[in-house]
Amino acid sequence: MENIAWMAWTLPTAIFFVMLSLTLGVMTWLAVAYPEAERIGILRIPTTRGDRLFISLVLTAVIHLLWIAFVGTDAIATLPIGEEGVEISSLWLATLISLLSAVAIFRTV
Amino acid sequence: MDKTVNQKAWFLVLPVFLVVAFSAILPLMTVVNYSMQDTFGNNQFFWNGVGWFKELLDPSTDLGGRFLDSLARNLFFSAVILAIEVPLGIVVALSMPREGWSVAACLVILALPLLIPWNVVGTIWQIFGRPDIGLLGYTLNHLGMNYNYVSNEFDAWATVIVMDVWHWTSLVALLCYAGLKSIPDAYYQAAQIDGASRWAVFTAIQLPKMNRVLLIAVLLRFMDSFMIYTEPFVVTGGGPGNSTTFVSIELVKIALGQFDLGKAAALSLVYNLIILIVCWIFYTVMTNAGNERPAKQGVA
Repeated sequence: MENIAWMAWTLPTAIFFVMLSLTLGVMTWLAVAYPEAERIGILRIPTTRGDRLFISLVLTAVIHLLWIAFVGTDAIATLPIGEEGVEISSLWLATLISLLSAVAIFRTV
Repeated sequence: MDKTVNQKAWFLVLPVFLVVAFSAILPLMTVVNYSMQDTFGNNQFFWNGVGWFKELLDPSTDLGGRFLDSLARNLFFSAVILAIEVPLGIVVALSMPREGWSVAACLVILALPLLIPWNVVGTIWQIFGRPDIGLLGYTLNHLGMNYNYVSNEFDAWATVIVMDVWHWTSLVALLCYAGLKSIPDAYYQAAQIDGASRWAVFTAIQLPKMNRVLLIAVLLRFMDSFMIYTEPFVVTGGGPGNSTTFVSIELVKIALGQFDLGKAAALSLVYNLIILIVCWIFYTVMTNAGNERPAKQGVA
């Protein structure tokens, strides 16, 4: 662990990257196992699953940044875990919106 | 095409993947890690969550103010140089000779500024514009203009913009020239028979045929000017005050000047996201331009 101290890993960012690499892995496997043709959706551009994933991920980043900029990250609820409880940031709402938008993108774009 | 699929070829990609992993993926992951933490050096990090992003996107904080100001400056700079370089490049390309020895001469002369390294261009203009010894600065001041890029914001901006135009208009011109050369003579002959005016030839034949190369030129020039660092850093150092501090200069100040790795990481991630989105839009437009009319079914 000494050798990668400069990378400053934390549990949340590690979970983030593991999820991201799992997503990419699953998408790669899907592309090999079930090849698909491009299709043209509401953006009027031919897209594959990979393109739609890319659009979803970029949109997710944008949605989270806009949420931080305009709504903020106040706590919306406190989970009764531990002594003081665990606060849930309103940023999770942005995550929820991102998931919904990803579903919409995969269906329509 | 679909008879023999040899997946072993992927192993040949492995060396490239490893190089990219060490040169791009691991550093990018590290930047994401940094953006969530604060550090005082010595590899000691403290969790800060999305705190830096909050500050970065809030214009009332120091970090947010600096980021949004430099972003606005950078977008204005990109818009100005695009508005100058693209039309100018087209005009230069249109007025270049089509055949004979002068073609080679023109191409070499046009290519010269492109061959000069960024920091040398900066140094050339830094000296060129000095009021005491520089040819440009000395002449302007003797003509009665009070030109001094070190102390006057407008002069600094003008110098940086003219320098970029000098450095990169050639690229647009060369791209446009390549586009013009690819137009078959038959188009011009048809236009001549129809008695089309010079302007009609330009708008109906040349401009549509230059569509693709112009997109490439706009993309290249936008990305380059949006990420510009060396030239304004050498000439003005971001000054006077902060008037020519573009995003990359601000980023280096925060990361290496103040050593605020967390703030700098958050800034560079947002900066990266903007560039990624613009790149994707341009790429999509470029690869799909002209492909819309024929039916795409079964082409993939």
